[in-house]
Amino acid sequence: MINMNRYKRHITLSEIGQAGQNKLLKAKVLVIGAGGLGCPILQYIAAAGVGTIGIIDFDTVEISNLQRQVLFGSASIGMNKAEAAKIRLQDLNNTISITSYPKKLTHQNAITLFKNYDIIVDGTDNFETRYLINDAALITNKPVVFGAIYKFEGQVSVFNYKNGPSYRCLFSNQQEKEQSGNCEDVGVLGVLPGIIGSMQANEVLKIILDIGNILSGKLLIYNALNYQTTVLKINKSEAEISKVLDKKDSFKNKTTSFLCSSEVNQISIIEALKKNNIQLIDVRETSETPKIDSIAITSIPLSDLENNLDKIDLKKEIILFCQSGKRSKQAVSILKQLNINNCFSIKENSSEIKKHLENI
Amino acid sequence: MTINVKYFGLIAEITTCEKERILFTKKNVSEFLELLYLKYPSLKNKDFQVAQNQELVSQDALISGHELALLPPFAGG
Repeated sequence: MINMNRYKRHITLSEIGQAGQNKLLKAKVLVIGAGGLGCPILQYIAAAGVGTIGIIDFDTVEISNLQRQVLFGSASIGMNKAEAAKIRLQDLNNTISITSYPKKLTHQNAITLFKNYDIIVDGTDNFETRYLINDAALITNKPVVFGAIYKFEGQVSVFNYKNGPSYRCLFSNQQEKEQSGNCEDVGVLGVLPGIIGSMQANEVLKIILDIGNILSGKLLIYNALNYQTTVLKINKSEAEISKVLDKKDSFKNKTTSFLCSSEVNQISIIEALKKNNIQLIDVRETSETPKIDSIAITSIPLSDLENNLDKIDLKKEIILFCQSGKRSKQAVSILKQLNINNCFSIKENSSEIKKHLENI
Repeated sequence: MTINVKYFGLIAEITTCEKERILFTKKNVSEFLELLYLKYPSLKNKDFQVAQNQELVSQDALISGHELALLPPFAGG
């Protein structure tokens, strides 16, 4: 029998009571990323008595994490974050069940993992994983408590909650545009993920307890410098959601690109053309312009890369390009995971490539 | 007419202000953005969404409100 004295301050609240505490003890929450956001989220949901907690993170604790990742101490340096977090949390609350997954979230493991939990919490630091979480949560029909930070500002929302909007309804993936702070070493005020992660923990508890207003269909933006809080309304886009659900049967076959962790070979068009035996591959969608026809080019859109591997000539050096250089980097990351290592992404955008090829 | 425009994150770094009033004669959001790109050319390559009166709108939405906000996605955690 669990000592309910631990949760006395919850049970005293008429909005929670013993019934509410029992809901928390029965709840199963998966936290993805045990970093700046993950630490406060985990700390508060473990302390609150969420009965089953999963933590997934492939990364290890570094000294530069300690400025904001409050579950770790000097003794944790070098340890896997999910495992180090579990040790600290189990000390905080030894009456709950905590499972650590010291690995990357991928298209292969996401669906099976998500099915074991009621609520998914996004505490990651890059767009690739955020879209992966969103899509896997749509397919498994789980709510996602989302949080993201940039320097002194943070965003919080709850996606896919009771048929509400998803992350793609807010930001459809504009791959060709420059996005801020994707896994770059951007500075961040240490306390900011503490604030935003605590707001995410608050949403998790409210969802479980069924109290208050959930941030579904709304995006909260918080500015730590001037306390300005903005709440914007998000409308559901059925088109964005069906795009994901229509492809759910092939979801597991997709290769997860890790732009943040893998070295992507980038070269200039001049360097590429100096190589002897190359195959030039355009990974843009076939409808995209400008068309390049002054040289032999294989067209394999990134969206369908894995199904067209037979078009790749493995005896040659594979040179990939796209509209801006971003999707071709992603394509290199995917090919490398499929053990096709002799590939490079061209730095220049398609207009620059076209111009260069025409002037040879 | 004039409209209040708010900027967040990386967008505010480009505009070097968090809000300003802009005089314009355009009808919809995408026309308004074209005007804004003349003032801040590097905005053109950035990923952001537009909200009108605290509600996210598409680029073809007519400008009817008193406030627009340009909101980039954040990745950090």
